Amino acid sequence: MMMRCKSSGNHLWVQLRFFCNKSSYPLHICIVGSGPAGFYTADKLMKRFGQAKVNMLERLPTPFGLVRSGVAPDHPETKVVVNQFSRVAASDRFSLIGNVSLGKDVSVEDLRKLYHVVVFAYGAESDRELGIKGEDLKGVHSAREFVWWYNGHPDGLKLTLDLERTDTAVILGQGNVALDAARILLRPTEDLMQTDIAEHALAALRRSQVRKVFLVGRRGPVQAACTAKELREILGIKGLNVFVQEADLVTSPADMEEMKLNRSHKRVYELFTKAAMKSLSESVGNEKELHFVFFRAPSAILPCDDKVHVGGVSLEKTTLQGQIINGQQLAVGTGVFEELACGLVLKSIGYKSKLVAGLPFDLKKGVIPNFQGRVLNDEAQNSKYEKGLYVVGWLKRGPTGIIGTNMICAEEVVESIAQDLEQGLLTSFLDVPGYFGLLELLQDKAIQFLSFDDWQKINQEEIRRGELKGKIREKIVRTEEQLEVARKVRV
Amino acid sequence: MTSKPLLHNDLVSCNKTHTASSSKLLDGDYRRACGRLYQSQVGISGVEVFTKSGSSDNSRGFLSQSKLGRERFNELTFPMSSSFVRRERSNLTCLYAAHLGQRRTFAFEQSSNTISDKETNEKETITVTFVDKDGDEKIIKVPIGMSMLEAAHKNDVELEGACEGSLACSTCHVIVMDDDYYEKLPEPIDEENDMLDLAFGLTETSRLGCQVIAKPELDGIRLALPAATRNFAVDGHVPKPH
Repeated sequence: MMMRCKSSGNHLWVQLRFFCNKSSYPLHICIVGSGPAGFYTADKLMKRFGQAKVNMLERLPTPFGLVRSGVAPDHPETKVVVNQFSRVAASDRFSLIGNVSLGKDVSVEDLRKLYHVVVFAYGAESDRELGIKGEDLKGVHSAREFVWWYNGHPDGLKLTLDLERTDTAVILGQGNVALDAARILLRPTEDLMQTDIAEHALAALRRSQVRKVFLVGRRGPVQAACTAKELREILGIKGLNVFVQEADLVTSPADMEEMKLNRSHKRVYELFTKAAMKSLSESVGNEKELHFVFFRAPSAILPCDDKVHVGGVSLEKTTLQGQIINGQQLAVGTGVFEELACGLVLKSIGYKSKLVAGLPFDLKKGVIPNFQGRVLNDEAQNSKYEKGLYVVGWLKRGPTGIIGTNMICAEEVVESIAQDLEQGLLTSFLDVPGYFGLLELLQDKAIQFLSFDDWQKINQEEIRRGELKGKIREKIVRTEEQLEVARKVRV
Repeated sequence: MTSKPLLHNDLVSCNKTHTASSSKLLDGDYRRACGRLYQSQVGISGVEVFTKSGSSDNSRGFLSQSKLGRERFNELTFPMSSSFVRRERSNLTCLYAAHLGQRRTFAFEQSSNTISDKETNEKETITVTFVDKDGDEKIIKVPIGMSMLEAAHKNDVELEGACEGSLACSTCHVIVMDDDYYEKLPEPIDEENDMLDLAFGLTETSRLGCQVIAKPELDGIRLALPAATRNFAVDGHVPKPH
């Protein structure tokens, strides 16, 4: 690649230098967010660009995003991926900058001045709204917050959850998050005693009066968003009766078509069929019940007599339209309603990303508008893309997929960055302050950040505290305490 | 601590361990035993034993403690409610496991034949070819009993293994390039199929690399890494579960 260069004296030398397809300075990259999307991107960027330096911003003192605060405590094998992420973090070209928040402590503009490339990987920390009456009643919570609560996320402490005033919970949604929530509510607490579940959650679950959980979906068993592993697991829990109505298992030609195209849905449907047969023959000895309710859309959340707390959910029966649009059949209301009494409602209809000043945002889809990870400009601008800005993970694709999906997503974004460098749409001809510039900025604002080594101190302390209780770790939940532990021994 | 014989109905599939003696675990009454050694920062480590899928309880236990990739591991004792592994020299002699949340114990015992390290080195290997998404090939030698995932890592083949072989992800997805080799592999267990459901670029001959264990009949097998070219358009994107 040839470039015209201003400095005439070194003109020939600079020309020759630019002749090879490399940027002149090592890339300084900032990734915002330390979950799987961020770490897979860091890993692949450092492999692709041998000199690149990666800084990773994380607003919490602890890294790993939903691997730490989303994956259920009884799924420890899913968390093993932090080993790989820790190896990435151990690279001397990588620095974690924890306890620093985009928007609050640094702005998008700050980052653009400090780095050649900024990749936004901060996921989805909000919820899709139902948009129905009664959503603000006491006892109605988002499943996301419930998950944060039992996983010891600092923001989960805000949740005022009462598991003692009712024996029935309704969960709206039938994805894996909904199943996680149901399972944690219904699982014998002995099963959770050795896990990394937050102490306050374990205590509350021990006192919980919840015995019956309804998982409500607008569509049928063929369309259920959960996956075979999770469904198989919940069907196998000792002491739990699972109910699936045979009538809900009737399939249409469109359903058969959907199952032909998607083997996950086919295998999930087969598990529901097995569950229906089992619930017919199962003894009624078991104390706890899980009911899968299909073809019901929530139309309103109803108060109980005190008008403050939730008392039930009004559900409208639905049917499926039958044509497949974008690979999906749509549920349509039939005008027939029924009520389901309950004292706790968890909304599990999808996460949603938050917008940040300085970045375009698609309010409808809840993502940063992008093409293969390149952040798109507002239409008013001259150029199609925001130079140097990229997005990966849920913030790019929407809140779907598993941890491994981010691996593929990261590859796509890294490919885009590489292409842009090659075509000169992205350059590193000018050196940028990078890490030291960010340090200076943080020092000026008196913001103390945590490194990956600081996280290791928190990590070791959690494991140590866990050992005293026979748990694999005892999570430190409050941010202040995490910072205290990290600061105790400064190497 | 007393040991009870392992009910062979309880065992479903085998994932060869990192030990040379793993093939011995399969002798006798046990159909296939499953053991995957690993250690993780989240504190779970050791041999994971699966029981039959479709049984009335969920049976996965995380047991004992060992170092990932090492062929020897230390004897460690755990509280009665979990488990421990006792090992003599380089061979697994017995394993006590606790069913997660059930406190049921089962154990199996290895035959008394021990395989010394010397024999390990003289063990047979098979030839395996990995083909990456660009079509570049890498031919490696894999000892009998080793998984393709482990072999890939030992030979710098870029095959991810996020869950380190515990059937909790699909990042070690490989495509068996020849049908006749695919037929030679034992059927995937439900747990593997559950993960394959979610694998990117799934094909008719897809398997998880951590579940494909080298045996003599697989000599010459060719495994392709799935192509990672796909447009993740948000528009019209069919939501995948998480």
